[in-house]
Parts: sequence; C-alpha cells; structure tokens
Amino acid sequence: MELNPNVPSDPIEQMWENHRFNMKLVNPANKRKYKVIVVGSGLAGAAAAASMGELGYQVDCYCYQDSPRRAHSIAAQGGINAAKNYRGDGDSIYRLFYDTVKGGDFRSREANVYRLAENSVKIIDQAVAQGVPFAREYGGLLDNRSFGGAQVSRTFYAKGQTGQQLLLGAYQALERQIGLETVKMNTRHEMLELVVVDGHAKGIVVRDMVTGKVESHLADAVVLATGGYGNVFYLSTNAKGCNVTANWRAYKKGAAFANPCYTQIHPTCIPVTGDHQSKLTLMSESLRNDGRVWAPKKKEDCGKKPGEIKEEDRDYFLERKYPSFGNLVPRDVASRNAKEVCDEGRGVGPGGRGVYLDFSDAIKRLGKHKVEEKYGNLFEMYERITDENPYEVPMRIYPAVHYTMGGLWVDYNLQSTIPGLFVLGEANFSDHGANRLGASALMQGLSDGYFIVPYTIGNYLAGQSPAKRPAADHADVKAAEAAVKARTERFLSIGGKETPTHFHRELGKIMWEYCGMARNEAGLKKAIELIGELRKEFWSNLRVPGTGEELNQSLEMAGRVADFIELGELMCLDALERRESCGGHFREEFQTPEGEALRDDANFAHVAAWEYKGEGVKPARNVEPLEFEHVHLATRSYK
Amino acid sequence: MKPDATFLGSSIGKKIVMAVTGLVLVLFVIGHMVGNLQIFMGAEALNAYSEFLHHMLHGGGLWIARLVLLACAALHIWAAVTLTRMNAAARPVPYRQVHREASTFASRYMRVTGFILLFFIVFHLLNLTTGQWHPGGAFVKGQVYRNLVSTFQVAWVSALYIVAMVALAGHLSHGIWSLMQTMGWNHPRYNALRKHLAWAVTAVVVVANISFPIAVLAGFIR
Amino acid sequence: MSKTMNLTLLVWRQKDAKSEGGFRPYKASGISDDMSFLEMLDIVNEGLIKAGDEPIAFDHDCREGICGMCSMVINGRPHGPKDRTTACQLHMRSFKDGDEIVIEPWRAAAFPVQRDLVVDRGAFDRIIAAGGFISAPTGTAPDANLILVPKEAADAAMDAAACIGCGACVAACPNGSAMLFVAAKLAHLGMLPQGQPERYSRVVRMVEVMDEEGFGGCTNIGECAAVCPKEISMDFIAQMNRDLL
Ligand SMILES: Cc1cc2nc3c(=O)[nH]c(=O)nc-3n(C[C@H](O)[C@H](O)[C@H](O)COP(=O)(O)OP(=O)(O)OC[C@H]3O[C@@H](n4cnc5c(N)ncnc54)[C@H](O)[C@@H]3O)c2cc1C
Ligand code: HEM
Ligand code: HEM
Ligand code: SF4
Ligand code: F3S
Ligand code: FES
Repeated sequence: MELNPNVPSDPIEQMWENHRFNMKLVNPANKRKYKVIVVGSGLAGAAAAASMGELGYQVDCYCYQDSPRRAHSIAAQGGINAAKNYRGDGDSIYRLFYDTVKGGDFRSREANVYRLAENSVKIIDQAVAQGVPFAREYGGLLDNRSFGGAQVSRTFYAKGQTGQQLLLGAYQALERQIGLETVKMNTRHEMLELVVVDGHAKGIVVRDMVTGKVESHLADAVVLATGGYGNVFYLSTNAKGCNVTANWRAYKKGAAFANPCYTQIHPTCIPVTGDHQSKLTLMSESLRNDGRVWAPKKKEDCGKKPGEIKEEDRDYFLERKYPSFGNLVPRDVASRNAKEVCDEGRGVGPGGRGVYLDFSDAIKRLGKHKVEEKYGNLFEMYERITDENPYEVPMRIYPAVHYTMGGLWVDYNLQSTIPGLFVLGEANFSDHGANRLGASALMQGLSDGYFIVPYTIGNYLAGQSPAKRPAADHADVKAAEAAVKARTERFLSIGGKETPTHFHRELGKIMWEYCGMARNEAGLKKAIELIGELRKEFWSNLRVPGTGEELNQSLEMAGRVADFIELGELMCLDALERRESCGGHFREEFQTPEGEALRDDANFAHVAAWEYKGEGVKPARNVEPLEFEHVHLATRSYK
Repeated sequence: MKPDATFLGSSIGKKIVMAVTGLVLVLFVIGHMVGNLQIFMGAEALNAYSEFLHHMLHGGGLWIARLVLLACAALHIWAAVTLTRMNAAARPVPYRQVHREASTFASRYMRVTGFILLFFIVFHLLNLTTGQWHPGGAFVKGQVYRNLVSTFQVAWVSALYIVAMVALAGHLSHGIWSLMQTMGWNHPRYNALRKHLAWAVTAVVVVANISFPIAVLAGFIR
Repeated sequence: MSKTMNLTLLVWRQKDAKSEGGFRPYKASGISDDMSFLEMLDIVNEGLIKAGDEPIAFDHDCREGICGMCSMVINGRPHGPKDRTTACQLHMRSFKDGDEIVIEPWRAAAFPVQRDLVVDRGAFDRIIAAGGFISAPTGTAPDANLILVPKEAADAAMDAAACIGCGACVAACPNGSAMLFVAAKLAHLGMLPQGQPERYSRVVRMVEVMDEEGFGGCTNIGECAAVCPKEISMDFIAQMNRDLL
C-alpha cells in the first residue's frame, strides 16, 4: 500500500491558502445532487455535517446516543487553544504550530499541524458568532488562561464546560440544518459496516438500536468522526459508549490504521476505588496551574492523613525534577512520574495508587473564594465522587487513559487510504503526533469539521459524477449487510456464561498492565498471547441475552468488545515494533539515565500505518516518513 | 408578539390570559373588600355606597363593571379548563412514587380552590345581589346592610362564606405570585419579595372578608 | 472506609414502546457505598444476565454528569435524592442498608418509553431545530473581539447554557411541561448580543413546537428547578414569558 500524504509543495505559510484555491469546486447547482454520510455528531461530525449542509450537500448524520448533543465532546472541560494573541504575550500561529509539533514529540505531520494553528483563529470567531458563552473580562473582551504546559495564555474557556458549550454551538448549527432539511439526523443508529464499491467508500450499514433493524445507506462519500478508542482499556475518561467499531470496520475494509499505540494518559484523574469501577473521571488539567503535586518522601507516611505529614517530609516531585515547568510539564511526563512514585511504594489512597494535588498554598495566596471562582465546579465534582472536601484535604489523583492520538491514517485532505472515506477529529491520527497538548483536541475536531473537510470533500466529489451511487441491491452492499446480520447471529448463539462487560474488564486489565504508561518487549509479547486467549474465550463463552430485533444493550456491548479485543492486539503489535520512546509511548528499554523518554529519530521518525491482511494474518506495517523542515528535531526538555 | 391565533392557542398565551383575567378578578376582590369594610361604618354608609355603585353613570357603570367581570371570569375559566386538559394529557402514565420538593398545597390545588370560588360566586350572587336564595329572612332590594346581617346571622351561611374565603386564600396566595411570574414581572433584586407580596395581599383580603361574618355572629354588627 | 449494603429495587420493566410495562423487584447485595448508582445497576444487570434473565435497559454515557443521557426517577425524584446531581453522579452512600428503591422512567407523553428506563427525548432536539440557535453559517463570522459581551451577560448566559438537556424538569413537572428547558435555551441566546436579531421570533417558533410535541403548560409550580441538576432558575421562565409578550 502506498501512503501518499498529498502535501502541496508550497511554502507552509501559503500552503493551505493555495491548496484551497487549487482544489476543484462542485458547482452550486450540482451540490444537492451529492449525498454525504457523516458518522458522528461530536465537534468534528456536527461541525462537518452542519457546514456541508449549509453548502447545499444532502447530508445524512448518525450517532449512537439519543441526541447529537450528547457526543463525548460534551465532556471536555479545560478549554480550546487559538493563536489569537489577544494577550499580546508573543503568541502567533507559528508558535502554536511549533508548540504542537514539539509537544507531539516530533511524530506529527508539519503541514497538517500548521494548518490547524491557522484555523484555530477562525474557530473562536465562529464559536462566538454562534453564541458560545466564553469567559469574558470586565471590559467585555474574551478572557484567556494558560493551559497544559503552554507558556503563553492562549486557551479560551467557558467555565469548566468548554467542550459542552462548543458542542452545543455546533449542535445548534446542525439542528438548524436539520430544520432546513439539508441534514437528516439518525440518532440511536450504530454503524456496523462500511460499504466499499470498486475501491471507493459508498455507504454504511447501520443497526437501528431501538428496533434492531439492519439497514444500509448509500452515498457519494462517507465521513467518519467517531471519536477515540480509549475504552479499549475498559477504564478511561471516555464515555461508556465510546468505541472503535466504526474505525475498525473501515480498517478491515482497507483503511490503514496509524500509530494505534499512541495513547495519552492524563495525570489528573480521580483514583479507582474498587473492582466495581465502571469509568474514570478527569479533573481538568487547569488544576495544575494552582495545585501542587506531591507524595510522601517516606513509605511509612503513606498511611497518615496528609495534614499529619510535615512539609519537609513531602516530595513535590514535579517541581523538584522540572524546575522550569514544575507542575505544568506535559501530560505524559506528569503521568509517568506519578506512576514511578507509586511504583516506589509512595502512593496514597486505596491500593497506594494516587498522589496528592494540593491547593492549600493557592488558597493562602489567592484566597478561598478566588480559588472557588476558578475551580468551584471541579472541586464540587471531586467531593461528589470522593466525599472529601478539597478545600480542606488535598485531592488524590492518579493517571488514567484519556485520549488516543492514533487513528485511521489520513492525507492532507483528511482522506483515508480508501478513496471517498474521510476521517475527522479524534478518529484520525493527523495532528498530535505521539502526544497531544491540552486544549488542542477541541481545536482539531472543529478545524477538521468546519474548515477542512467541507472543502476537501468537494475536491473529491468534483471528480465523481453526481449521484453515481450503487444500487441498493448491489452485491457488495448485500454482502456488507449479510456480514452484519451474521455477526449479530453469532453473538446471540454462543450461549456461554460470561457477560460482555466481563470480557471488556479482562481486556482492560491486560492493556493497562502491559500496554499502558510504560511498556516493554516481554510484556507486550505476553499481552498479545493473553489477548489471543481472551479472544478465544470470548467467542466460546460469551452470553448475550435477548434477540437482535429489539433494544439490546448487551448485544451492542458485545459488538464493541469484540472489536476492542482485535484492536488491543494491534496496539500491542504497534507498541512492540516501535522500538523507541516518544510522547505517550514509553518503552522501558529506551530511556535516558534520568528516566526520560529516548526517541530514535534515525529509525522511527515516521508514521506506522497498519494494513489489514485478512483473518489470522499478521497485518502489514507501512511507514510514512516525517520531515521536519521548520521545527527542528530536538529532545523535549522541560527541566 | 402580536396576539394572533397561535397566541391564544399556545400554552403560554393561555397562561397570560389566565394571568390578566386573574389580575382583574384580584383587583375586583380587593376593591370589593374595601367597599365592604363600610359595614363597620353602619347601615347608612354601606347602603349609600351601594346606591352610588348602582347609579354611577346612571346605572351604566355597574353594568359595564359586571360585563368586564363576567368576561374575565369566563376567559379565566376557559383558559383554566383548556390548560388543565393539556397538562393532564402531558402525563398519561402516573408515577408510582412522587417526591414533592417545591410545589405547595396552594399551587397543586388551584383548580379545586378555583372551582370552589366559582360555586361561591354563583350562590353569593343569588344570596346578596339578586336575593333568590337568602336564608335568614326576606331579601329587601337596596337594603344591602340588612340583607347581609340577616343572612350572616344564620351560622351555616357564615360558615359557607368562611370556607369560601379559605379557598380564596389558597387561590390567591399562589395566584398573585404566579401571575407576576407569568407576566414576566421579575427582577433579580425583587424576586424574593414577590411571594411575600402575594401573601400580604391575600392575608388582608381574606382576614377582612372573614371578619364580616365573624363580626355579625359575634354580635358586633346587628 | 467503605461500607456494604443490601437493597431491594423495584424497577419498571417494559419490553418496548407498544408493550405493557410493570414493576419488578430485584435484590442488590453487597453494594459498596463508593459505588455510583449506575455501577450498582451494572452489578444487578451482570447478575441478571448470568441468571439467564434480561438486564435492565437504562440510558447513560459520560457518567460524569454532563451528557444528559442518564434519566431515571429514583424514589419519586428525577435523578434521585441528591441536589445538583445526575443519576450517574449519585453515589450509594446516599442510601442505607435495607432500603427499598423505586426506579421509574421519565413519564411524559412527549417522552415515550422505548424500553424499561429508556425514553425517546427527540422532542427536545425538534424544539432546538425550530429556533434554538443563532444563524451563523460557517466562515461568515467577524473577529471574535469585535463583539463585546459584558462579563455579567456572558456569565448569566453561561448559567442558562449549562442545561444538559436531560429532561428531568419535564419528568418532575406535574404538568409534564418543558418550560424550564426551553426557557434556559432562550435565555442563553437571548442574553447575548449575537442572539438579539432572532430573539423574539425564536421564542415564538420554539414555544410553538414545544406545544405541538405534547408538553404541558406551566403553572409555576417549581418542581423543575428544584430537581434540575444544573440549577437552572425559574426566573428564566418569567423572562421567556416576557419575551413572548
Ligand atoms: C473527560 C475529557 C475531557 C477533555 N477535555 C479536553 C479539553 O479540555 N480540551 C481539548 O481540546 N480536548 C479535550 N478532550 C478531548 C476531546 O474532548 C475529544 O478528543 C474530542 O471532543 C473528540 O471529538 P470527536 O468529534 O472527534 O468525537 P466525539 O465527540 O467522541 O464524537 C463521536 C461521535 O461518533 C458517534 N459514534 C461513535 N461510534 C459510532 C458508531 N459505531 N456508529 C454511529 N455513531 C458512532 C458518537 O455517537 C458521537 O456522536 C477531553 C476528553 C475527555 C474524555
Ligand atoms: C371562577 C372559577 C375559577 C377557576 C376555575 C380558576 C382556576 C384557576 C386555575 C386553574 C389557575 C391556573 C393555576 C396557576 O396558574 O397556578 C388559576 C390562576 C389564577 N386565578 Fe383563578 N380560578 C377561578 C377564579 C378566580 C378568581 C375569582 C380569582 C380572583 C379572585 C382568580 C385569580 C387567579 C389568579 C391571580 C391566577 C394566577 C394566574 C397565573 O398563574 O398567571 N381566579 N385560576
Ligand atoms: C365575606 C366577604 C364578602 C361580602 C361580605 C360580600 C358582600 C357583597 C354584597 C353585600 C354584595 C351586594 C352589593 C350590592 O348589591 O350593592 C356583593 C356583590 C358581589 N360580590 Fe361580594 N362579598 C364578599 C366576598 C366576595 C368575593 C370573595 C367575591 C369574588 C370572588 C365577591 C364577588 C361579588 C360579586 C361579583 C358581586 C356582584 C356585584 C354586582 O354586580 O352587583 N364577593 N358582595
Ligand atoms: S433544565 Fe435542568 S432538568 Fe431541564 S433539561 Fe436542562 S438540565 Fe435537565
Ligand atoms: S414544575 Fe412545571 S409548572 Fe412550571 S415551574 Fe416547573 S414547569
Ligand atoms: S451519563 Fe452523562 S449525565 Fe449521566
């Protein structure tokens, strides 16, 4: 398989501008003849569907929730970056571009990242015009905060609900188009197959999650904006329904899967309380702006109440090891250090899996009500869950899986290796390399959805004669439908003893243990073995009650778990083959004496895009080399 | 928005009709109460007052007032009935268990207290305006004071009035606040005051009204 | 540390929109007070599946109180006993050993039950589609700081915009009225300068669809605001009425 990134040759500053000019346009009268399917109604999907509807295409949009407004983007708390330089603190498109490439540990494609930084500016304009109530200063101007280790103040936020407000903006734009009948919304529909005809993506097969009806829908192009696959770890900050199914079906139909092993572990989550735990809750990273991370110096102190541990017995390990960035080091660094401390036996709370995030100094410095103003809703959420009051006792935090940088491989036009299949948002691999900086995923989802795909899809469609859609009874369409029905039948007929959740939990344990924050060859090999066994067990001992012709949540779960199991295997394979440490991927064999990640640019400055080769056959590892003309390769240092 | 078909058709439109008519009725009840206070000033005063009512604008004034009141009562009831139907249809299956948080007795029983008032008004008119139904001796037109005292001297008639006034208390205590909410008469600074105002007005009207039968029974007025 | 408890659940079971439904009792044993309410249901469901029974269907997704998916009436109160807390954020420490817990779906003509505790809230989306937006086609926006928004207005709009569209207000209202949800959206958009041009037509369009969808009228009872997990205030309802006039 050849991976052509299709990056134009122009200088990076004019590249997107010129590319937009050079792309073919669909004549307005013809637009309504083209039908586009958008799977996903998160920031990326809703923005794309609404914008393409406005342009005049017929759009069909799908989501698994009961309303497009519930897409997981809703949960984003911290904020969204934009190179507005409203603070005049020396920010610029170039700096945002630079920070993002560096933050991604030099494993992303410069051209895409530069365009992202360019679009960031327009996103804020768009959101404000839609009525997104960003935080303001008394003068009425937009407020900013610095976030996720950035040294400029470029993060726009709406209380602790930035994702919610941005999504509601996109959702309302989407509902407007639904009202105008340019977009048809299909809620509670799960995509279970991709329809590919003559090498082009021409539709999807979905299951109506209420009636169980399996139907195929055909179009001139398909857009996947189905989010991340962090739930492969069972416990993550993702919503329970987040899944890899849509992407996995596309992968099996020929779309390359890039860098599956790049997972982001977020340092500030609420620790696990027991086996019943069904998901993990993130505490916004913004907390690290004022909270100080520490653990007891001595193991013996771990049992004590934090208040009883004397100042000199506290180890503010981030401030100690990274004087210049201190508590604001990037997520991967902060997470790994917390893990080390706990591995040394200095962790606190249940199972010794936690460190303190302490606000007592901030409260002394700013006063309680200022702290409350900034973090009130987060403190409240923490107390609701843990029953502890963070104004009095320090929070306990522990890293948790949060974001997946990997995803379907896309070129500069966000088109996958299957012509006509476009992939947006967290579902693609495009902009964050091996590690995502805070407040940049919202930016990417909206950039892809509002400002990129509406143009690039036109370029593709212009090359396709209007409405050249396959007939509903085309052999390939029927085959895809049949495959879905067969799978459903299979799940229902195993009649074993264990629930889908059981297998999901087991998979999660394997992934977290061997493919989590720190990985090594032996462990990854072991994991691949264990996953193989789990997979056999799954297909022989699964129990799914009920039928396919009804609302059946166990059946939905089973389908997702089956795909996660296969994905888990690929992630371990990718992690095994990438014999270096970079960003979210830390291989214990490859670290500096001080225990920092050790990149191998000579051999691994490339994207690994995996190609499905059939059941039981090892997938092929294709590479897209990465050149760094602007941001020169350097080891990240936050010391 | 200019009132058109959809306005009266809409739930909020009906609410507003309810509020406006309710307000007129409230104002009437207040005025009426004040007028009736003259009972304590003796027969002449009250009768004269009644005289005046009956002859202002050569008798036309009263009729105008009556028409307005009648129209309001009719609209008010129409809105009440249609809204009530709409609301019942919106919750076809009841809950097995209901935990009440904010609703008050008054707010939940507006319909009941309303209908009690409806019946009260009917018999009250027969009793003191037309006189077809007037326990406690003959009804003499114009002899407002006599008619009133004589009928209140019949204990159970007084009792009926008092019951009606309790219903009125319930209806107004929620109604007056509710109508301000419905009319959008709110301001962060005064919102808290609105409920107190409603209670204050209610208390004055009802206490005064109840004082009449009590006074008669107690023999202050005879 | 954490205590465990045994509970009896009385849960509404209904196969689909057409079928009759009814309450069925279940035992929930060895429940830790660290568990969330939904984690407790997860455990009950695991048990049901293993016992060859069908698990209780309920809506949930984010499990952190923001997506608005979870929706159940717990002991007669939408989202359960705790103020400012969605069902998914409710923890078992709010209950005690031996409690009987009654669990019902949202009940409103506009929210038909699809199965067990799962209802169809599409009506909310249709209300938004009718006018719950500011018309700002992609790419047409001026620079964000050209529109000044007083901090007070922005904060007030944010308070209204915090609505998660869960529908608890409808579930709690004795009249099955959606006023609080609609008022919150109208207030969010109506308090911002960007929202002014469509302000009055928006109210008319949204209220019209709200009525068509079969929600009840408001008699200012206030249960909605009392159970709203995001503390949306009834004042927004007054504001909506004023805008309609
Ligand atoms: C707790 C949390 C906090 C975060 N905070 C921030 C932050 O502060 N700043 C930041 O920049 N980023 C943040 N992120 C990351 C960011 O929110 C996400 O990466 C981003 O919102 C993803 O958007 P999306 O549109 O790609 O996918 P999503 O919003 O996840 O949308 C996925 C859509 O696809 C649909 N879908 C999925 N599978 C199927 C299927 N099989 N069939 C049909 N439909 C399907 C879903 O219904 C949904 O509509 C956070 C993430 C989490 C979990
Ligand atoms: C004649 C029979 C009556 C009936 C059937 C009736 C019924 C109702 C009902 C159902 C409501 C709506 C409940 C609510 O909004 O909370 C209401 C409101 C009200 N009623 Fe009555 N009522 C009657 C008479 C009266 C009278 C005599 C008065 C005045 C003394 C009055 C004053 C009000 C007021 C002020 C409201 C509040 C309007 C609003 O909520 O906006 N009503 N009534
Ligand atoms: C105990 C309290 C009340 C007393 C003593 C009282 C007394 C009277 C009297 C004496 C009249 C006759 C006046 C006349 O013919 O000149 C009258 C008329 C009337 N009252 Fe009352 N009233 C009371 C309460 C109410 C209330 C609560 C209402 C409404 C809710 C009401 C509504 C009316 C009406 C509509 C008339 C007819 C006025 C007309 O058209 O002539 N009254 N009342
Ligand atoms: S107003 Fe409150 S209760 Fe109603 S939908 Fe919004 S958040 Fe839920
Ligand atoms: S409870 Fe219902 S009556 Fe109105 S104030 Fe709330 S909608
Ligand atoms: S599950 Fe998202 S709010 Fe409860």
